[in-house]
Amino acid sequence: MESGIFHTTYQRDMALRHTPAQWVRLALVVAAALAFPFAANNYWLTLANQIGIAAIGAIGLNILVGFTGQISLGQGAFLAVGAYSAGILTKQLGIPWYASTVLACLITAGVGAVFGMPALRLKGLYLAIATLAAQEIIEWGILQWEPITRLTGGVEAMNVPRPTLFGVRMNTDFNFYWVTLLCLALTVILAVNLFRTRTGRAFVAIRDQDIAAEVMGVDLFRYKVLAFAVSSAFVGLAGALTAHYRTIISWERFTLETSILYLAMIIIGGLGSVSGSIYGAAFMTLLPAILQNLGRSLGGTVPNIAQQIPFLQQGVFGLVIILFLVFEPEGIAKMWRNVKDYFRLWPFSY
Amino acid sequence: MLAAGLNGSHLREGELQLQVQNVNLSFGGVNALLDVSLHAYQGQILAIIGPNGAGKTSLLNCISGLYHPQAGSILFHNGATADLTKLPPHAIARLGIARSFQNIELFRRMTVLDNLMLGCHVHMKTGVLENLVYWGRSQREEVEFRRHVEDIIDLLEIEAIRRKPVGALAYGLQKRVELGRALALRPALLLLDEPMAGMNAEEKEDMARFILDVNEEHGVSIVLIEHDMGVVMDISDRVVVLDFGAKIAEGAPAEVRADPAVISAYLGQER
Repeated sequence: MESGIFHTTYQRDMALRHTPAQWVRLALVVAAALAFPFAANNYWLTLANQIGIAAIGAIGLNILVGFTGQISLGQGAFLAVGAYSAGILTKQLGIPWYASTVLACLITAGVGAVFGMPALRLKGLYLAIATLAAQEIIEWGILQWEPITRLTGGVEAMNVPRPTLFGVRMNTDFNFYWVTLLCLALTVILAVNLFRTRTGRAFVAIRDQDIAAEVMGVDLFRYKVLAFAVSSAFVGLAGALTAHYRTIISWERFTLETSILYLAMIIIGGLGSVSGSIYGAAFMTLLPAILQNLGRSLGGTVPNIAQQIPFLQQGVFGLVIILFLVFEPEGIAKMWRNVKDYFRLWPFSY
Repeated sequence: MLAAGLNGSHLREGELQLQVQNVNLSFGGVNALLDVSLHAYQGQILAIIGPNGAGKTSLLNCISGLYHPQAGSILFHNGATADLTKLPPHAIARLGIARSFQNIELFRRMTVLDNLMLGCHVHMKTGVLENLVYWGRSQREEVEFRRHVEDIIDLLEIEAIRRKPVGALAYGLQKRVELGRALALRPALLLLDEPMAGMNAEEKEDMARFILDVNEEHGVSIVLIEHDMGVVMDISDRVVVLDFGAKIAEGAPAEVRADPAVISAYLGQER
């Protein structure tokens, strides 16, 4: 399938897609994404929006954890910064929802950069604890710190004005699908570009061998902080989209549990893989939905199963993560690569 | 725009390039380097030898900024003069000093190509925003430096493995890729820490040839640490001998080989 390709320029050689088959595959994915909302009902559209927003957040986290090797437990807090800044900007200052989304990205990038500074001195578990502190500090700030709670409403949920575009209400499942899709596509393109150029290479170099990276001229402090900023910008985007989609922001969505859920997403999807982040987000969003439906349909035959579902869900989450770590530590992205490798030589696999 | 060639030095052949002056380095009570002074000249190969634990790698780490000596200075001349003991490693790389490590320190999950491209980091200009967008300056820069990197791939004869992740390569090839990554920085001074350790005779010959190519054809100055005396005597212009952190001899290979202090350091004294 991929034989007989000869590149005559470096531009062609550096392109992301080389064969017609790869272009066809991309076209199919795009066509499916465009056709989906016309075929799906509201239930599936809600799930699609959730997956899209989670995927943006997961790509953001993966930039930091999977690509740069800087572990973070502050994901939930950074999502909160994005959501609350977008909400406050739109509600208090009357900034249109799309503009407040962009500003929220920048604000979250700044906050992320500040909380990323300990990364210069801390690695691995120690950095995890430092980012845990970020999670707690931001949580406290939004819930308890007087100057901020005046804006966020503290423990009370915050209502955000409905997003409209040319008089059309945007936060219906169908309309918001296009917003989510556009943002996700943009995030994917930016992230893929980042990792085929200078800055992204420096990030990956820091992950693989930080001392060698420094000796080769990568300023560790600058690039670690930059990784936090870039990652947080995408996470902030996911947060802001959540705010405008739900039009109600409550703290429960952004706890430490959320941070861990996102880590599970990128581990299951594939650390250091943009597409893997999307698979992981889809998997972790669909799993509870599938379990719920399963419980409902088994309700007739197995009594009381519906009440057990939330507990079962936690157990299945844990089990799935363990199974992935044991059998495919590189996640769904790697499984998909294996499939592609198999068909590369198929049917003459010798 | 990157100038052609692999040599980043502005000096003329034979000019003084590196001045290590009275460097003292200690870890707690252990003196790793005792009042070490040495000079390296543009276009030459300087070998640092000595028994295990003599302080050779510590000296290299001082030059590349990983260790900061308690006393002494390390002056590097390349147009302007800088004291390396006061600079962080990434700033030293910017001055044009590249190195390889004793235990290969490549970016294992990156491809050979990406490892070499990372070597060009200090010469590339694009920032994060341009990189995110890719089209335009970022892409042009990639192509420009890809050309430079392909020259190195050609020189080191690693065309066949350029798309392979480095972690999957054989040891000898990894050593070669690490030399390539250092060359991609277009060094004024190349520091090699045991480039031939653990290689068989054929691989050593190849590596010696690459080092000589880089030095003779491209004029890159080299400071290398090596244990294989045959190689050291063959390829180096001058040799410095360290023992227990102190310099005990310096000179042309033949002089050093005949030096009684060197013989006693390696073989012990006759009673």
